[in-house]
Amino acid sequence: MAHVPWLTLLIFLPLAGAALIMLLPPSRGRAIRGLATGVAAAELVLSLPLWWLLVPGQTGWQFEERHPWLPLLGASYHLGADGISVMLVLLTTVLSVLAVVGSYTAVEKRAREFYASLLALETGMIGTFLAIDLLLFYVFWEAMLVPMYLLIGVWGGPRRVYAAIKFFLYTMAGSVLMLVAILSLYYMNRNLTGTATFDLDAFYRLPIGPAQQSLLFLAFAVAFAIKVPMFPFHTWLPDAHVEAPTAGSVILAAILLKMGTFGFIRYAIPLFPVASAHWAPWIVTLSIVGIIYGALVAMVQPDLKKLVAYSSVSHLGFCMLGMYAMNAQGLAGSMMQMINHGISTGALFMLVGVVYERRHTRMIADFGGLWKPLPVYGAVFLVVMLSSIGLPGTNGFIGEFLVLLGVFRAAPLWAVLAATGVILSAVYMLWMFQRVMFGPVTHAENQKLSDLTLRERLVFAPIILLIFWIGFAPQPFLSRMQPALDHTLELANQRKERSLRMPEARAPGTAAPVADRAPGAVR
Amino acid sequence: MNFPLLWIIPALPLAAVGLNLLIGDRLGKRGTAWLACGAVGLAFAFAVRAVLRLAGLPEADRTIVENAYTWMRVGDFSASVAFLLDPLSAVMCLVVTGVGFLIHVYSVGYMAHDPSFRRFFLYLNLFMFAMLTLVLADNFLLMFVGWEGVGLCSYLLIGFWYERPSAAEAGKKAFVMNRIGDFGFILGMLLLFAWAGSLQYDRLFAIAPHVFVKGAAAITIATLLLFLGATGKSAQIPLYTWLPDAMEGPTPVSALIHAATMVTAGVYMVARCHPLFLLAPASLETVAVVGAATALFAATIGLAQNDIKRVLAYSTVSQLGYMFMACGVGAFTAGIFHLMTHAFFKALLFLGAGSVIHALSDEQDLRRMGGLAGKLPWTHGTMLVATLAIAGIPPLAGFFSKDEILSRAFASGHSGVWLVGLVGAALTAFYMFRLYILAFRGPSRLSHEAEHHLHESPPSMIIPLVVLAALSAVGGLVGQPMQEGGHLFERWMRPVFEGAGGEAAAPLSPRTEWTLIALSVAAAALGIYGAYRTYLVEPGLAARLRERLRAFHQAVLHKYWIDELYDALVVAPVYHLSQRLWRFWDERIVDGMVNGVAYTFEGVSALLRLFQTGFVGTYALFFTLGVLVILIELGRR
Amino acid sequence: MIPASWSLLLSAVVFTIGVIGVLVRRNAIVIFMSVELMLNSGNLAFVAFARQLNSLDGQVFVFFVMTVAAAEVAVGLAIIVNLFRLRESVFVDEINLLKG
Repeated sequence: MAHVPWLTLLIFLPLAGAALIMLLPPSRGRAIRGLATGVAAAELVLSLPLWWLLVPGQTGWQFEERHPWLPLLGASYHLGADGISVMLVLLTTVLSVLAVVGSYTAVEKRAREFYASLLALETGMIGTFLAIDLLLFYVFWEAMLVPMYLLIGVWGGPRRVYAAIKFFLYTMAGSVLMLVAILSLYYMNRNLTGTATFDLDAFYRLPIGPAQQSLLFLAFAVAFAIKVPMFPFHTWLPDAHVEAPTAGSVILAAILLKMGTFGFIRYAIPLFPVASAHWAPWIVTLSIVGIIYGALVAMVQPDLKKLVAYSSVSHLGFCMLGMYAMNAQGLAGSMMQMINHGISTGALFMLVGVVYERRHTRMIADFGGLWKPLPVYGAVFLVVMLSSIGLPGTNGFIGEFLVLLGVFRAAPLWAVLAATGVILSAVYMLWMFQRVMFGPVTHAENQKLSDLTLRERLVFAPIILLIFWIGFAPQPFLSRMQPALDHTLELANQRKERSLRMPEARAPGTAAPVADRAPGAVR
Repeated sequence: MNFPLLWIIPALPLAAVGLNLLIGDRLGKRGTAWLACGAVGLAFAFAVRAVLRLAGLPEADRTIVENAYTWMRVGDFSASVAFLLDPLSAVMCLVVTGVGFLIHVYSVGYMAHDPSFRRFFLYLNLFMFAMLTLVLADNFLLMFVGWEGVGLCSYLLIGFWYERPSAAEAGKKAFVMNRIGDFGFILGMLLLFAWAGSLQYDRLFAIAPHVFVKGAAAITIATLLLFLGATGKSAQIPLYTWLPDAMEGPTPVSALIHAATMVTAGVYMVARCHPLFLLAPASLETVAVVGAATALFAATIGLAQNDIKRVLAYSTVSQLGYMFMACGVGAFTAGIFHLMTHAFFKALLFLGAGSVIHALSDEQDLRRMGGLAGKLPWTHGTMLVATLAIAGIPPLAGFFSKDEILSRAFASGHSGVWLVGLVGAALTAFYMFRLYILAFRGPSRLSHEAEHHLHESPPSMIIPLVVLAALSAVGGLVGQPMQEGGHLFERWMRPVFEGAGGEAAAPLSPRTEWTLIALSVAAAALGIYGAYRTYLVEPGLAARLRERLRAFHQAVLHKYWIDELYDALVVAPVYHLSQRLWRFWDERIVDGMVNGVAYTFEGVSALLRLFQTGFVGTYALFFTLGVLVILIELGRR
Repeated sequence: MIPASWSLLLSAVVFTIGVIGVLVRRNAIVIFMSVELMLNSGNLAFVAFARQLNSLDGQVFVFFVMTVAAAEVAVGLAIIVNLFRLRESVFVDEINLLKG
């Protein structure tokens, strides 16, 4: 198995598919949709074996691939997976298929470019999860922005240009900081070891003094926090979601936001554990504020998509909070919450998309009594909503409970505050559900709405399956992520102790070069 | 034990849910009814079989644990899907499946003309699954699955007629109120796990005395948090307001969920955790006081309600208060005993009320009933049994259980609680007979229309009534007071509650006990007589009393304005705060800063743009000036 | 013999006239001629120095400059002619947009 470049295939198959689609004439709508679906499905099939091939107990990277990329800089094409990234890759491939299939009727103009962007986006996302060379990671990270920018800016709603630019600049601002930090790490490593490399493993071994960590951590953390998004960096999210087409919202909520939390787990925390601990009170406070604030603001939204967008702020607050409990339960809960949020919020956006396609409005006030004309839709919506508010027996509960469990052990007060989110989420979701689904049909045009089509049912079926599977038997997921999370935790703790024992190091950049060896001297 | 013993009990209704979802549209009404009732009936049979097996074991090891699979394991935390049958869960299991089955059968007739027949039984079966999971779970987390699951079903069933905005609103209110309680439940679980390292009952109860000092803050807080959960689910002060509104649901739902089973989950939970509560005397005291307060408070509200179901709803709140009162004074057996008898007679009352409503073409207002006794003989007869039972007239079921609670409260030195309970009992007898007389006695106040359609209910509805009436009549005999070595029910429960404080309290002397019995019967008789005088013998008396006690009557009629109070104190401020947060803070301040950055750039560029005139001459001039500056600078060197 | 400084002074005066011409005139052809003046003032300076230093390098450079100037005249006049055809004007104030 070691000889199959599994991860490379996974990353570039969608891009190749996108290129193929662009070769088709734009008039052949069916062929374009078929090809896009085929590529996304092939990608899913290709990713599924990872679930079984992954050896949970094995530490270190699996399916590793490494080739020189830019030898002059020391950057390499280094890919690797562990339990954390495999889960997120699977989430990506599953939701990409659903997003493609869900867009058949929603996208009419420039369908060819739409599906190509969607697939190119998939390449960027999977690459981000699998790269373990920081330069490569950065390239994928930025590469993701372009197709997403196009998805919002071309296929979006009336204020799409504003939303797209806001999204782009906001994320860009964060990631530029991250680039500076990456370069700083690169030079520190080169000065210390004489090796020019962007390899994550090398940086994991790099001792960094507490003072230096703080700045570097903040640079990384801001980039990731914007992506999460953490309060108060969240205001791009409602705009982007409201304007984005359904598939864009789904991918944005389900996967792109996870890049931020993933970044914390993979980079910010293990690389800079001292600074991470130092800034933890801030991050925790912002997470808790996010949980409560997101829920309160979600409650009063008149627009369904905005409501879901703000609920994401609340849910992602749980992710960050669990992570910063820095114990087994908290981290596992955080990971579960990432997956759950991907599933249930992705599904919520699709559900909003379904009625939007039929009625061309997302305002809650324009609906009411939808259960009667749309019973199947109502039932699906109900299940997804329950998963979103974390009802036991659905996936949402597992994540939320583990987060609370971990957090309670770290600091009971945090858990108490965060648990109010449990009440508030029920309030805003049920109230929305009541106004949309229950009561008499108030608008005559809603009377004749058609229920879910077979295609739409097929899109929601796997989601509902996943909701209950994770709800009742989360162990297969947990046991795959657990070793990787334990490893991350251990790594962070080791590095923390080592950093604290270091003599106060020089500030970055001013370091006297240890015989400033030329980059050519790498190998 | 190769053949499944326990997990099959909740699995059966769940399977029925699945089948109903998959092939329900092809089954037709009859098929759906058979499927739903069959699953629950079979579950009842399995429950009986399991309980018989349990009874066959020697008293000391009467627990059966069945481990289905590991649900989740993270670090040192693990939770299993495992089921536990001990005398306590056995009683609950029998009550839930037994009463549940009867109500399923009843619903077949009651819901016969409803277009959403299939959806109704879907929800009802789902409820059975959740409730049985709650009852049979062997750890807190699995119990919580059932706990929130029944909340969900309650939400769905209250809002069953979703086209009525009030039903949808009531459903949401119930769910949110329950969620507030669940907030406490979750935190209680977290606290227990953080201190004791397990959520599994046996392990937790074994460890608890070693990690918690009796009366220490940690265990007190943990148990109070759990009790907050119980107040939500069992509609106690301060979270009781959802239950009366829950009457928006179909009547069988009110009988099953909001009287017999779900709302008693809180009592069951407190009884289940009695080893923890016993470690926290302050919490127990709180339970007793809250229970007693609710019992009296709700009884007073029940005095003036005109909706037949609302009277019963407040009566349920009040009776649940009695159960908590019992738990609070340490008499867990009495609490569970009352839970059981209450399930019989309250389910019967609701089903009877449903039969009345059904007969009167959906009339629920007591002021438009009257004189139904002759027209609905079966309904009337069974209702009378139930009313006598709840009023506490010997030898019906309610007498034994309520009397036991009162005497235990007295025996354990809580004479204040006892007194409140006694007054409550008199009030209960009063408002229950008020209901009975207004509905069945006196002149008919029916509308002509209703009179015309009046009919006794079909057998599928009457048979459950009769069975429940029989149970209400004789169900209490398992708990006759003053028996050597405790009565039958007590002996059955002993393995669970052995050593529980109130249970071990010194028995009262026969004389005191007789006195207490006489007092409670007298209170009940007084209540009945009062109702008889007020509503039957002297027709003007009720109006005169209303006039005389105007302030009290207004307060009671408006439920002490508690809903309005909550609205003003909680709902409205939160709503306005959220609006403010969104409109002002989020859009102006936070987003304003973001856009502000953008505008700053725009402004600076606008300034800089002034230099870019587009005229070659201007550029040449700047160029020349630049060259001159450089030359001058070079020349100075 | 005329001292080099005189030639250089003349070169500077011609250059300044050229600069001012470019800056103040609006007619593209006049501006163009002013640019030629500046180039030629450079040529003059080259020749002057070549004589002063007795080196041929400066003279060689002058040829280069003249070649470039000739090429520039060709291209530049062509642009101006085209511009005139398009706009019927060679006043630079009216040509302030990047697109035609």
